[in-house]
Amino acid sequence: MNRHFLGDTAVLLGRSLRHIARSPDTIITTAIMPIAFMLLFVYVFGGAIETGSDSYVEYLLPGILIITIASGISYTAFRLFLDMKGGIFERFQSMPIARSSVLWAHVLTSLVANLISLVVVVLVALIMGFRSAAGVLGWLAVAGILVLFTLALTWIAVIPGLTAKTLDGASAFSYPLIFLPFVSSAFVPTESMPGPVRAFAEHQPVTAIVNAIRDLFAQKPVGAGIWTALAWCVGILMVAYLFANLTYRRKIS
Amino acid sequence: MLAAMSIPPTSDQVEQAAIRVQGLEKSFKQVKVLRGVDLDVARGSILALLGSNGAGKTTIVKILSTLLKPDSGTAEVNGFDVAAQAAKVRESVSLTGQFAAVDEILTGRENLVLVAKLRHLSGPGAIADELLRRFSLTEAGSRRVATYSGGMRRRLDIAMSLIGNPPVIFLDEPTTGLDPEARIEVWQAVKKLAEGGTTVLLTTQYLDEAEQLADRIAILHEGRILVNGTLNELKQLLPPAEVEYVEKQPTLEDVFLTLVGAKTEKEQQ
Repeated sequence: MNRHFLGDTAVLLGRSLRHIARSPDTIITTAIMPIAFMLLFVYVFGGAIETGSDSYVEYLLPGILIITIASGISYTAFRLFLDMKGGIFERFQSMPIARSSVLWAHVLTSLVANLISLVVVVLVALIMGFRSAAGVLGWLAVAGILVLFTLALTWIAVIPGLTAKTLDGASAFSYPLIFLPFVSSAFVPTESMPGPVRAFAEHQPVTAIVNAIRDLFAQKPVGAGIWTALAWCVGILMVAYLFANLTYRRKIS
Repeated sequence: MLAAMSIPPTSDQVEQAAIRVQGLEKSFKQVKVLRGVDLDVARGSILALLGSNGAGKTTIVKILSTLLKPDSGTAEVNGFDVAAQAAKVRESVSLTGQFAAVDEILTGRENLVLVAKLRHLSGPGAIADELLRRFSLTEAGSRRVATYSGGMRRRLDIAMSLIGNPPVIFLDEPTTGLDPEARIEVWQAVKKLAEGGTTVLLTTQYLDEAEQLADRIAILHEGRILVNGTLNELKQLLPPAEVEYVEKQPTLEDVFLTLVGAKTEKEQQ
C-alpha cells in the first residue's frame, strides 16, 4: 500500500463531500422515492396486507431502508462517470497519488451520503408511527448490516461508473437493484407468493437481510438468519470489490 | 527520402533531453496509431507536436504521462522510464489534457488547494493564492468554476498543472475552442513557463500557435515524426521564398482584436 493512501483518500473524500454539500438534492432525491413508497404502502395498500404484525410501518421499514440504499448508490456511478468524462480522472491518474484512493474516496462518500438518507427515512418512519424497543446494541447491529450492504452495492456501482459510455447507462444498473425488494419479504410475507416466486424470494439476499433487520428492531432472537444476511453482504462485497478493482486496473493500465 | 528530411538535434540537446522517445508503437485494436516515433525534447525548451486530428498526438502525450502503455519502444521523461518507473515519472510531469480537467463544483481556489494537497506540498492555501494572482484569477478565486468562461477555465487548468513546479509539462491542444483573446492569454502563460526553465511538450493543430510558441516543431503524420527542427530549419526544407510585392492587409484577427480592444502580442512587447 502506498504511504500516501490515507492522506490522499481523505483529501479526495473532502472533495466529493463538498460536491454533496453543494448539491444536497442528491440526498433529497435518494430519500424521496423510498419515503413515497413508504407512504403509499402504509396508507394505501397496507390496510389490505396481512403481515401478522401489529403495525405495517414496522413490518415495512427494513425493506424501505434497502430501497433507499439501492437508489442512493447510483449516484456513485454518476459521480465517477462525470470524473472519467471530465478529464479530472486523468489528471489524478497522472499525479503522484495512491491510485486506489480515487475509488475509495467515492466509496466512502457513498457511505456518508447513504447514511444521511437512511437517517432521514428513519425519521419519517418515526413520524408515521414506527416504534422499536431495540436498545443501543440492536440499533448498532442494524447500522452495521446497512453499512455492509451499502459498501457491497457501492462497489457494484463502481463498475458501471468506470465502464459506462453514457450517463444513462451509468445509473440504469440500479433499477433491478431497486426492484429486488419487491420480490422478497420486504412488503408482504413470502408465504403468500406462488411456488417458484416464493422459492426465489426466500433465497435471495434482500429477504435474509430484511428479516434480520426486522428481528433486530422487534427484539426477537435473530438466530441463524443474521449469519445468512451477513454472509450475503460480505460475499457480495468481496466479489464486487474484486471485479471493481479488476475493471479499474484495466482502465488505468 | 523522409529520413533525409529530418534535422538531427545537436549533441548537446540529446545529453540534456528531458523527454526521450525511441521507436514508440501503439495500436488500438486493428488501428496502428503510432508506428515508431522517435523524439527528443531538450530541457527547458518548448516543442510543438503538430499533426492533424487523429495523428496520434494525444496518444504520445498519454504514454508520456503514464496513462497508456506503449506496445513497443521506450520513453523516458526526466530520466525515468515511463513503464518501469511510472511513479517517478508522475512526480516529474504535469498533464493538461484536451478538456479542461477542473472540478466545476469547487471554486477556483479549492481546485488549486486540492491539487497542492494531492502533491503533498506544505502550505497549499498560500500556493493557491500565489497562482490565482499569477493567472489573474484572484477575484474569481472564490467563485465556482461552473461560472467561469472558457479562457478562465483553461488558465485555471494550466495553473493547476504548475503546482509543485514539475520539470516537464504536457499541454494537449491547450487553446482548442478558445476565443482569440483567451488564446493569447494561454500563449503568454506558456511562454512564462519556459522562461522559468520548464520543459513544455505542446500538441496543437494550429500552425500559428506552433510558430508563436515553439523552439522546435515536430510534425507527426501517419504514426511517425516526419520532420523535427526549428521554424527556420523547417522553412529551409522548401525552395527559397520568391519575392512578391503584396499589399499588407490586416488579418481578421487584427480587426477582431482591435475592435474588442485587446492588446496584440506586438503592442505588449
